[in-house]
Amino acid sequence: MMRLVPVRETILAGAILVLLILVASRFPGFVAPSNLANVFNDTAPLIILALGQMVVILTRCIDLSVAANLALTGMAVAMINVAMPGLPIPVIIAIAILLGGALGAINGVLVWKLAIPPIVVTLGTMTIFRGIIFLISDGKWVNSHEMSPAFTGVPRMVLLGLPVLSWAAIVTIFLFAIMMARTQFGRSIFAVGGNPHAAVYTGIDVGKTQFWAFVVSGALAGLTGYLWVSRFAVAYVDIAGGFELEVVAACVIGGISIAGGIGSVGGAVLGALFLGVVKNALPVVNISPFWQLAISGSAILIAVAFNARAGRKKGRIILKEAEGAK
Amino acid sequence: MTHPAPHAPDVTPIVSMDMITKTFPGVKALDDVKLDLYPGQVTALVGENGAGKSTTVKILTGIYKTDGGTIRIDGQPVSFAAPNDAAKAGITAIHQETVLFDELSVAENIYIGHAPKTRFGLIDTSEMHRAASALLAEIGAPFNSHTQLRELGIANKHLVAIARALSVDARVVIMDEPTAALSHKEIEELYDLVDTLKSQGKAILFISHKFDEIFRIADRYTVFRDGAFVGDGRIADIAEDDLVTMMVGRSVDQIFPARAHDVGEEVLKVVGYEHPTEFSEINFSLNRGEILGFYGLVGAGRSEFMQALFGITKPSKGVCRINGDITVIRSPADAVSNGIVYVPEDRGKQGAVIGLPIFQNITLPSLGRTSRRGFLQMAEEFKLAREYSQRLDLRAAALDQDVGNLSGGNQQKVVIAKWLATQPQVIILDEPTKGIDIGSKAAVHEFMAELAAQGLSVIMVSSEIPEVIGMSDRVIVMREGRIAAELNGADLSPEILVRHAAGITSSSEGNAA
Repeated sequence: MMRLVPVRETILAGAILVLLILVASRFPGFVAPSNLANVFNDTAPLIILALGQMVVILTRCIDLSVAANLALTGMAVAMINVAMPGLPIPVIIAIAILLGGALGAINGVLVWKLAIPPIVVTLGTMTIFRGIIFLISDGKWVNSHEMSPAFTGVPRMVLLGLPVLSWAAIVTIFLFAIMMARTQFGRSIFAVGGNPHAAVYTGIDVGKTQFWAFVVSGALAGLTGYLWVSRFAVAYVDIAGGFELEVVAACVIGGISIAGGIGSVGGAVLGALFLGVVKNALPVVNISPFWQLAISGSAILIAVAFNARAGRKKGRIILKEAEGAK
Repeated sequence: MTHPAPHAPDVTPIVSMDMITKTFPGVKALDDVKLDLYPGQVTALVGENGAGKSTTVKILTGIYKTDGGTIRIDGQPVSFAAPNDAAKAGITAIHQETVLFDELSVAENIYIGHAPKTRFGLIDTSEMHRAASALLAEIGAPFNSHTQLRELGIANKHLVAIARALSVDARVVIMDEPTAALSHKEIEELYDLVDTLKSQGKAILFISHKFDEIFRIADRYTVFRDGAFVGDGRIADIAEDDLVTMMVGRSVDQIFPARAHDVGEEVLKVVGYEHPTEFSEINFSLNRGEILGFYGLVGAGRSEFMQALFGITKPSKGVCRINGDITVIRSPADAVSNGIVYVPEDRGKQGAVIGLPIFQNITLPSLGRTSRRGFLQMAEEFKLAREYSQRLDLRAAALDQDVGNLSGGNQQKVVIAKWLATQPQVIILDEPTKGIDIGSKAAVHEFMAELAAQGLSVIMVSSEIPEVIGMSDRVIVMREGRIAAELNGADLSPEILVRHAAGITSSSEGNAA
């Protein structure tokens, strides 16, 4: 979607701005640059996962296994770190990305080759991944004192004023912006979701594109797995439990059409930031965390209703028969 | 062309459509047509694809509203606001693809929407099965009311549809190509059933392309051509040849572009393509600069074969030679890289990607050429898109405009531009002018001739006889998945095409298959 003024993103950015102004009116410290940087850092895992999820949703699929993938990869790299404390962190990160990608590839193969509906596949692998964590860890936690200082230190390491965790999100955003706009893969993703039939006639392999979307989503879940476990310095079976729904919510709020084909990197990032701001602002202004759920839920419904209205204009019927049938 | 005088029987028709007009954006689907259906008689509605038969059925069943004209039932003018109104008036249709529910039982399918109720407003299951069993016995169905629908074959599903028609006490039964997927024996059983319905005084509208069955079971005929009424009368008063002439006779004198017809060397040779169910023994060759027409009735296997040629489905056997080299096409990507492109029939579904801007739609199959070191170059993309949109005279405010905001005709240009931008050798056009008006048709024909003149080989799948004859250098007629005839020059006449396509064996021409 290339427009000079991306309407949906502008509205969403406006909503975040209004939210910030409202919070600032009661607690000006919230909008101090250092605090905003903290909010961004706190939202970084959600941003990374939302971008992976966006790719999957654009191809008319969904990946419910991201949080379980994150937890499994996180546990795996934590255990590797305990077993081999000397292993350099870049290697750990590479392992996390590859392992996450491999787990994503399992989803992808099941969707591509066996044509099982994505929601069923990822619901299944979600449970399986959690089960595997229990098997490899015997249900035990990996605690901070077992991890090497380098392992837990990297996400907090400050480079040019921002922690590595924030930089990971920024680099991911940058790479995705290029991938979606400037590569054949990115274009294929839009084509597959926008009109799978046309994509087939164009020579694009729909199943293969969906497979790679799952691999991308899985790889980002793997990356986030390391970042998450090292940031909180703990790994156990249930980390990031239910986080997949927050990831999907970020995409939906960000205007990624759940029917596929419509969405943008900017939308996914803003959707994640919206949820991040809500989550961080409510405790500050003394609103019960229970409201957070209600506000997130309302935001999803408003976003979907808004997108459905916009989508109706988009889905213009050009076939005379269908038009006559109205 | 003969116009036998309508021979009005003594009885009054149950349904009488008069001066019916129906316009879709850009197309007049029905223009002042009339159709009468008499009790206890089978009326065959005859016409080519696009003659307006389906539109008529949809009007009769309340799916479409008419733009003009009157429908009378028992002499009283009626108007159907919704499909339910037509059902209440006793009109029911049995469609080509029967609209039934696989996961429900036969009885539930028969009574869905009007099931007998108990005192408490719940469905009276035992009464429903009792009534359904009675209906099934009446039509001699070889299964019981508890059978799950998905266990039944197509013929038996038709019986369920007929039972459903009887259950609402329909007086008018519309059968839209009911025998298309039936075996010989099943067809005979269906004929018996039609006789039963006739004896109960129901009016039957029978739509079929098969002349033998029209003459076998119809009492009356009505002929439409290009959305206009041509004639009607009693089957007993007309010969098969005359009916064919009425059906195909050209109403509008379309002008087709003059072409040189000088074709070059062989570009594509298809040898022994076979598919387990859709087609077999497909052999033909295609030359440079040639327009090869593929004619046949709906379901003759033309599109299915083209999809196999393009690599979307896999044939069980067969190879093709492209410029003399044996080439195996396993996927559409293979086909595109070998210079074969396919412009599918349903452009809304298979053509443009609504949501991508125009230029990205045009460059979609050519992304390799607009990339540098794996990155798409927007300037290159715009250049390519601009070149081909200018060649096709695409009317759009800007190339980065969403393709969904274009008119149907301009969307079609985007789809064609997309294919031309791949610089193909062979272009397969599936029903290129279906559903567009005469003016746009002429433009498409002009353009097709231009492509051929530039040395592109065109395969044109078309069900419109004037177009097939007017545009093609050579015509292949397909019937039931096989090549029935290959015709050119002097052999190209509407009558001969229809004979081969419909398999009328009584003709002196004989059959190639």
